[in-house]
Amino acid sequence: MTISIENMDHMQMDVLKEIGNIGAGNAMTALAQMLNKKVDMSVPKVEILEFKEVVELLGGPEELVCGLYFRFDGDMAGNIMFMFSLPSAKLLTNLLIWKENNQIQDRGDLDDIERSALQEIGNILSGAYISSLTMLTGLNMKLSIPSLAVDMAGAILSVPIIQYGQVGDKVLLIETEFHQEDKDIKGFFFLIPDLEFYDILLKSLGVLDNGSNN
Amino acid sequence: MGQIIKIGMADFNTGKNDDILTTLGLGSCIGITLYDPVAKIGGLVHIMLPSSKAIRNNSNPAKFADTGIEFLLKEMLKLGADRSRLVSKIAGGAQMFSFDSKNDIMKIGERNAIATKEKLKELNLPLVSEDIGGTFGRTIELYCETGILVVKTIGHGIKKI
Repeated sequence: MTISIENMDHMQMDVLKEIGNIGAGNAMTALAQMLNKKVDMSVPKVEILEFKEVVELLGGPEELVCGLYFRFDGDMAGNIMFMFSLPSAKLLTNLLIWKENNQIQDRGDLDDIERSALQEIGNILSGAYISSLTMLTGLNMKLSIPSLAVDMAGAILSVPIIQYGQVGDKVLLIETEFHQEDKDIKGFFFLIPDLEFYDILLKSLGVLDNGSNN
Repeated sequence: MGQIIKIGMADFNTGKNDDILTTLGLGSCIGITLYDPVAKIGGLVHIMLPSSKAIRNNSNPAKFADTGIEFLLKEMLKLGADRSRLVSKIAGGAQMFSFDSKNDIMKIGERNAIATKEKLKELNLPLVSEDIGGTFGRTIELYCETGILVVKTIGHGIKKI
């Protein structure tokens, strides 16, 4: 039997959550280094949710959001997705490209420079996450370049839901909030593993016995 | 009084007269509508994947193009729709993210559209209009009084098909 989120035991789940915490912490450190600014992070919330609940967290299926999608291959394979509300995405890009505050509008698309900055930030964050996985497990993975979409939350989420829908209906979600001076930025991170991902991961960490009831 | 009936992912519903059937934020999924213009009965199914055959986890017929259309057709006939009068309109099937890779799953929107059209053809249900593809999400509304399908997008306008 293949391990999935639905049939994991408590210990395995805790391991997964802890990896999420470590990954998010490393990602935040990498971001702070790149910006050369102090970035505070609240303790990430790691949850197992149904996709339906995820859509609601993001403000409903028609809410305008930014999604960054990555593929990783190697010893373990899967996809990573970041989602930010548009105001959070704008704040985030403005940390990097430094516009005067105030031109940040609630609505309206991102311009080319903002898109490119957001993709770069996505690269840093997902790179840090993947390298913490590598550090913990000794397994190697290679990350694709990011693909960015700014559209309705439901439409963007349909991509991981479809991909994952072939395996199950629940997903590992990491919700992080970080603060740079007085700016609050909220981001969501999903891991959408291919089949076998959890088996390989848990085995490499020694929390899955070979053979026993699996 | 008509109702606004919301249909989620991998779900379906039917309506009559001044009811409005809607599904929000379609991405690579497809909204398939069937409509009987005389009885003013409409139906909408929001499918996610092309085929129920390749997948283990396939207990929900509304998740797949092949079983979803058959299922919706049955429900429509139960409500008194006349099979010979039914017409279909479809929307969705976008590619939200572009990747260079040959990863098949990324072209799921396109595959959904192909499977949907094949199934409609097989069941002899005429496809009268469509709004398929692109790289953007859609919200659709089927007006059961007129059979008009309204397609709304962010930044790509509103269409009536």
